[in-house]
Formats: sequence, C-alpha cells, structure tokens
Amino acid sequence: MKELSLNILDIAENSVKAGAGLTQILIDEKDQVLTLSIIDDGCGMEPEVVRSVVDPFYTTRTTRKVGMGVPLLKLACEQADGKLTIESVTAKQDPEHHGTKVEATFHTDHIDFTPLGDVVSSITTLIQGHPDTDFLFRHTKDGKEVSVDTRQLRQILEDVPLSSWDVIQWIDSFLREQYDDFNTVT
Amino acid sequence: MKTLAELQAIKNRMKDKVVLRDGLEGIRVVVGMATCGIAAGARPVLNALVQGVNEENLEGKVSVTQTGCIGICQFEPVVEVFEPGKEKTTYVKMTPEKAKRVIDEHLKGGKVVAEYTIGAAQA
Repeated sequence: MKELSLNILDIAENSVKAGAGLTQILIDEKDQVLTLSIIDDGCGMEPEVVRSVVDPFYTTRTTRKVGMGVPLLKLACEQADGKLTIESVTAKQDPEHHGTKVEATFHTDHIDFTPLGDVVSSITTLIQGHPDTDFLFRHTKDGKEVSVDTRQLRQILEDVPLSSWDVIQWIDSFLREQYDDFNTVT
Repeated sequence: MKTLAELQAIKNRMKDKVVLRDGLEGIRVVVGMATCGIAAGARPVLNALVQGVNEENLEGKVSVTQTGCIGICQFEPVVEVFEPGKEKTTYVKMTPEKAKRVIDEHLKGGKVVAEYTIGAAQA
C-alpha cells in the first residue's frame, strides 16, 4: 500500500464485514510514535483465526477465509520498527462485549515509515459505502484533535442517508478544515 | 468553518428528496474495495464515480456501491455496471480519468466503453 490511509480503509472494511455496529479508527501521535487502533464491536475471531490473519502462510486447514490485509499492515508497521497486535473476543465467548482490536505502532521518523496519506478520503469512503453502520474517527497529536462521529451526525440527519453526496461533501470539508488547524505549527 | 447547523440545513433540504435505494430499477455501479482493489487504486476511482454521478445529476438513476473481492485481482481496480435487462459490463484497470468517460458515454449516453472492458483487456 502506498499510504497508511489505504491500510486503514482496508482493515476497517474487515470490521464492517464482521458485522460491527461501531468501528473506531483512532490515530495518536506522540514523540515520533504513531499508534493506529481499529476497534470494532463485530463478531470477533477465534484465537486460531487471529493467528491465521497475521500470518498468511499459517494454516490449520486447507481452505482459508482470510486475505492479505492484515499481513500488509503488519509489514508496514514492522518496517517502521513498530508492532502489530490483535485482540479479539467472539460473540460466543462474551455475548455482551465482543469484537476485534487491531493495534499497530510506527516510528514516524523511520526511513521506511509509510506516510499516512489522505486519511480523510478513507473515512468518507467508509461512510459512503456503509451508511448504516457507525464510525468514530479521531486523530490526536500534541493536544490537538481531528474527529468525527457518525452517531452524532445521524442524530441530526435522522433518515437522510449518511451516504448522500451533500453529506459526504460536508464530512470531507469538516475533517479537512480540522486538519488545516491540526497541521499548523504553533 | 463547517458547522452542525450547516448539516442540519442539508438535512432539511434533502428530507423530501427521493433517494434511489438498492433494489429499485436503475443502474448499479459496483466498485471492488477489497485489499486487491484498494492496493491497485480503487479509492480514487470510487470517489470519481460518486462525485461524477452527482455532478451529472444521475443520482436518481444510478447508485454507486462497494463490494469485496470480485476474484479477478490482476484486473483491479474493477468496476461492474448492472443495468436492468442488460448484460453486466465489467470495466478493468480503472482510473479516475477512465471513470469520467464511463460516466459520460455509458451511464449518461448508454454506450459501453468497449476498450475499458475485460473483453478488450483479454483480447
């Protein structure tokens, strides 16, 4: 992937496929370490499946349902001296609190750090494609924050779909304006 | 600055508008957004289609949706066009520029852009 934002889009699609009602995409930058967390309340994965999504060449059976998305994120963070961890609780293990958390760290000053890229585009793409599920996006750095929560927008919009073009454009500008402020060095 | 009041105004403007929903008669444009598609550049293709369909006021007639891996990863980004009563069109190795031509000639004009289809790519 050319941009980390494309990995974010790809991994978050897994959360939607896992039936998540809410997918949280959190980016925190502190002292040259970027931590990306994608947390969902979807169906979760058995430990054996978690192992197989991290290592595409590990298998306990002859057919697999998992792809290259997580291995590509793992590659991106490990080449920037970071680490990938996955925690998952299946609905069977805990019917109340289930879901998956993918966390990846990156050293942003590492020469092989993949730039974040157009993360706003990934967020609007997710919302456009999945207007009936919720997303919380938050990027924090040095006390500054960029965020959007579709649950809040949904309250205002009522039955107007989040995927409406005018709404998507509003979300796009809403986030880009926050980033203008975010990226200003004070 | 974008404000929530502005979003409220959008809602008020749109609430009476008829929105095309899945299953209604209309053209369905489907973009493959699995790992293979995303890595090959599907995100800007999807955005160009969504933007173009709205700029050309086709949103009552054309819906743009996302799907997983279509199974022809070497041809990504892949865009499929489903029209009622017609055969499916599969566009391969798409770019935002190609998407604009598909909107103009196919979605608006009703004529398949043959040179971008999988048939042309395999010939």
